[in-house]
This record gives sequence, structure tokens and C-alpha cells, in this order.
Amino acid sequence: MPLLEVKDLKVRVEEREILHGLTLTVNEGEVHAIMGPNGSGKSTLSHVIAGKPGYEVTDGQILFKGEDLLEMDPDERAAKGVFLAFQYPVEIPGVATMTFLRTALNAQRKARGESEYSTPDFLKKVREVSKSLNIPQDMLKRGVNVGFSGGEKKRNEVLQMALFEPSLCILDEMDSGLDIDALRIAADGVNALRSPKRAMVVITHYQRLLNYIVPDFVHVMSKGRVVKSGGKDLALELEASGYAQFEDAA
Amino acid sequence: MNVAVAKTGNGRAVSDLFASAEGRLPGSPAVAAVRREAFETYERLGLPHRRIEEWKYTDLRALVGEVLPLAAAPDAAALKRAAEAVKAHAIAGARKLVLVDGVFAADLSDVKALASEASLKTLRESLDKDAGLLRTASTDAVIALNAALATDGVALSIADGTQLTAPIQIIHVAAAASASAVTRSQVVVGKGARATIIESFVAAGAKTYQVNDAVIVSIGDNADVAHIRLMDDAPDAMNVSSHFVTVGANVKLNFFNMTTGAAVSRLQGFITFSGEGSELAANGVNLLQKTEHGDTTLVVDHAVPNCVSRETFRAVVDDRAHSVFQGRIIVRPDAQKTDGKMMTRALLLSDEAEADNKPELEIFADDVSCGHGATAGALDDSLLFYLKARGLPEKQAQALLIQAFVGEAIEQIADDTLREHVIGIAERWLERRS
Repeated sequence: MPLLEVKDLKVRVEEREILHGLTLTVNEGEVHAIMGPNGSGKSTLSHVIAGKPGYEVTDGQILFKGEDLLEMDPDERAAKGVFLAFQYPVEIPGVATMTFLRTALNAQRKARGESEYSTPDFLKKVREVSKSLNIPQDMLKRGVNVGFSGGEKKRNEVLQMALFEPSLCILDEMDSGLDIDALRIAADGVNALRSPKRAMVVITHYQRLLNYIVPDFVHVMSKGRVVKSGGKDLALELEASGYAQFEDAA
Repeated sequence: MNVAVAKTGNGRAVSDLFASAEGRLPGSPAVAAVRREAFETYERLGLPHRRIEEWKYTDLRALVGEVLPLAAAPDAAALKRAAEAVKAHAIAGARKLVLVDGVFAADLSDVKALASEASLKTLRESLDKDAGLLRTASTDAVIALNAALATDGVALSIADGTQLTAPIQIIHVAAAASASAVTRSQVVVGKGARATIIESFVAAGAKTYQVNDAVIVSIGDNADVAHIRLMDDAPDAMNVSSHFVTVGANVKLNFFNMTTGAAVSRLQGFITFSGEGSELAANGVNLLQKTEHGDTTLVVDHAVPNCVSRETFRAVVDDRAHSVFQGRIIVRPDAQKTDGKMMTRALLLSDEAEADNKPELEIFADDVSCGHGATAGALDDSLLFYLKARGLPEKQAQALLIQAFVGEAIEQIADDTLREHVIGIAERWLERRS
């Protein structure tokens, strides 16, 4: 059974249809890149998978491990193993990062009927992961993302990914706002999480990110549909020729 | 027209009440005369209503209607219930002074432990000598009613230079249903003294009751005082409390109020700077649900130059509840270099929740820095979604954001034990949300 099956998905925001019948299948262990020009519906797809309010699914379905994802609240999807790394992670003043991480992890475990993480185990794990991502300990005491640089915010997303151990990671424009060094640290963090049991969907406008996170499959989106799929070479091809040809095709 | 309403409606009920209570109200004949005069003031004014500017948002005639008769002195069963409540609400390490249904309960209080650091009398004892404690410079009807009917209270005096080794917690316990507890207390903090005073209002089985409390605080020069008030009365209760605070020179006063109970409540604080170089931090949190009405009214009077006041208020209003914050800063003509600011923020958790905010700056000096700000809004959807996308169910995500919202005010409590206690009350309020 595929990990994620998006079938003929049609999505509206207010009166406007953004996705016009999108189909995508992702198996365990695979890394898929979704590329496309601005406004092609890439971020909409990621939001609908995570369950963000404000989108109306008019047709089609999303199955995750064979279950109907659209019937679940966002927190249920997270507990089932769906993780969206936000393009713009929000700042939450007054909620210490450490409190947030522990509350979220234990909420997910509780929803799955697992026991709560013990404090020493939790701290040990956070320390290990934050060290490998170059996240200083004092950052974890601050409010979630408050005063973090763009790179720190993205590393905090990767830190959560490592802690929550989701089976599907959706990275929404992870490269936006990052310089090359920050990008490399975040990408290294993501690569360390690649595993035969975990799939990733990497959404990006630019080919650059795919030099660091090398995908198994590349899909090109245009005007709310996948218009071309291929291997990692497709990204290079796009870099050379641009998106214009697909906009005409779609 | 107003006068007619006062006399035929609530005035009449209180008139009977006063006549029946008069025999058991403590004090010498001179005290009785002061009480009678106060009662006449109340009878003339009646319960405050919306046409009285200070009570515009808290119309006690509409919200409460009538004043309940004074509670009888607590019997053994009431004291037993009260003892349980005290155990549940006592702050670890604090020295307790307990008032049950408006009567000081020595057996539930830490009188002995306190004796080495502060002198303590009950209001009853202090009224044997003179009526001073019943006199306040106010024409407010509920304060007059308090003077007329106060049955007991504590008069605490902390000598110059004394550093209290433990906080003092005054616990008001309501054990009698359908009755009023009317109390008046005094706290005198000597020069250079350091003290933490906590007031807690809790119920022991009683559901519908009324509290009318007054506290007169006087703080000597160079003192350092934390004054914390935690009003967690039963959901059908009424609590109207008045504070009169006089602040000496070079004082640090950290005041915090939290409202988590009562159908109708109002804290009105009148804080006057009488010495230069003092700093006041007044912070508060209203957590209201169902149809609760919670009013915090503060008047900060900069009567002298070079004082600083900072007021930070947070209201979280759910269901059809109604929160009121009125903050007045008065800067007298001589009070140059005054620095007074207040900020109030309301979080509305339902479409029917209401928050009223009335800041008033009355500035008569020309070299001052004063300001106020206010916001009101709902929980931020983008923050809620982020938390949900990380696995927090809706209610838990809301709770985390609400805690963060009120945290800014609660964090001002310096003492760890005390702060944790206050956070615990806020958490229990969150658990009560439907």
C-alpha cells in the first residue's frame, strides 16, 4: 500500500479553484520533489494535506496509509505521522520552545496510545538532535521561534521532525529566505532523517535545494495539476529551460 | 428618581438588614455611631448602578439586585468545611490568617508563628478602642455599606525594618449559603520592611453568597511589598472588594490581582503615592467564563513627583462573560517627572464575550510621561493551526496560547512558589472551560 495517495484532488479557496484534479502517489522511503512556478498550487497541496482551514475539497481524496486523511483533524494527522515543515514558521511568544516540544510530542504519543516520554529521555533526545542541528540550548528556553533568524526557524522545524519521527515529511519551500550556509545545515538535518520507512515531499520553486536534498522523483506542477513527472534529472532540465513550456502545456 | 429607587428597592432591604445586624456588630457606642452614619450614606445612595460614572459597566442593581443578610457566625460544621478549604488553598510556607463567613478563625490561623514578625489584632479587637478603621475618604456606596456592616477582619502591623521570613496569606472562606460576609482589614508595613501579603477568596460548600471586603494598606518609606489577591469564589457568588493603599517614599510595591470566580465581581483599588521615588507595578488577570462579570478598577494617584506606575492587565473572556478594566491615572500639579503607563489586552474566546476598557489620564503637571494602550482580539488562527499541526488537540492548543497570553502578567510575581500556585489556579480555570 502506498504511504500517500492523492487522487484527482480538486480544491477551492473561497470561489476560486486552485487544484484542478491533482494525483500523486508516494511510497515509503521515497523522496519526491514538487516544483512549479508561483501560483501553481504547490503550497495549497501541502496545506490541504496538513489540514489547514480555509480550503474546500470539492472532489477527489487523500489516503494516508489507506486511511481517509480529509476526515481527520490536523492534530490527528500529526499523530498518524504527517509532518508539515512550514514555509514561514510562526512565532509564539510566551510558550517556551522546550514546553512546546514536550507538549506536542506527548500529545502525539497519547493520541497513539503510547506512554509519555520520560523527562530524562526527552531531554537527552532534544540535546542530541539540537546539537547536530547547531541549535544552542538557550534558544530552546526562548519562546517558540521568537527572535529566531530565518535559518534558526527552519532548523527548529527540522528539530521537530527529528523528535516527532513522522512517516511523511512535507517541506514547504524550505529554502525560502535562507542563505547557502543556513540551507546546507537544514538540508543536512533533513538528509539525516531519510530512511526506508519515511517519505518526503519537498516543495520548491528552485532547483538549488535539490542539490542538497536529492529526490528520487520530480514532479512539475502548473495551474493546479502535475504536468510532468520524472527522475532527478528533470529538475536540471527545468533549471535550463524554465517553467514557461509547462505553463503553455497546462 | 434615583433616590426613590434606592429607598423603595434595595434601601429598604438593607435597612432591615442593618437593624437586625446592629446587635452583633462589634465596637463601642462611638463605633456604632460611625456605622449608623455610614449606613445612612448607603441608604441614601443605594446599590451603585450604571448612571454612576464609576460603576457604568458594573450595574450592581441590575446584576445583583439585593444585598443578602449577614452570615451567622460559623458553627462547628462550617469551621470543619472551612478547614478543608484552607488546606486546599493554602500556599506552601505561608502563614495563614483565616476569616470564615466574615469572622476571624484563630484555630485555623497561624497566630503563634506570626507573632515574632508582625503584630496582629482582629478588627473586632481594634474597634474596642476607636472607629478609625471604619473611616475612609470615599463616598462610594459599597464602601459605606462595608463600614456599616463589617463584622471582622485582621489588623496587621509589620514593624520598621522587619523582613518577613514567610508570606502572610489572608484566606476568606465562604461556608454559609445565601448570606453576606462583610470584612475590613488593615495592613501597615513599617519603614524599610519587606513583606508579601496574599489575599485568597474561596468557598467551602457555599454557592450563592456575597462578599464585601475592604483593605486599608499603608506602606512606609523604603519598604518592599508584594501584594497578591486571588479571587476564586464560587461561580454564583458576588465579590466586591475595595483597596485603599498609601505608598511612602522609595517604596517598591508589586500588586497582582487574579479573578477566576464569582458571577459578579469588582476590585476597586485606590493607590496614592505620598512619598517620592516609589515604583508601583500593578498587574492583573481576569479569567471569565459562562455569564461571569469581572471588573477591575484602579485609580493610581500620583500626588507627589518622581514616582513610576506600570499597569499590565490581561482579560480572557469566554462564553457570554464580561470583563471590565477601568484604569485612572491622576497626576497632581506638583507631581512632575511622573512616569505612569498602563496596558490592557483582552482575549475574546467567543463571539458573545465582551470586554470593556476605560483608561483615564488626568494630568495636571507638565513634565510627565504617561500613556495607555489597549487591544482586544481572538486567538490567532495561524498560531492555533501551527500547534494543531504539531499534534495538539484544539482545546490543548487554545490552553497553551491562553497561558502564554496571561503569562506576561503572572511572570511579574517574583516568588517561585507563589507564581506556581497562581499558574495552578489558571490551569484549573482552563480545565473548567466547556
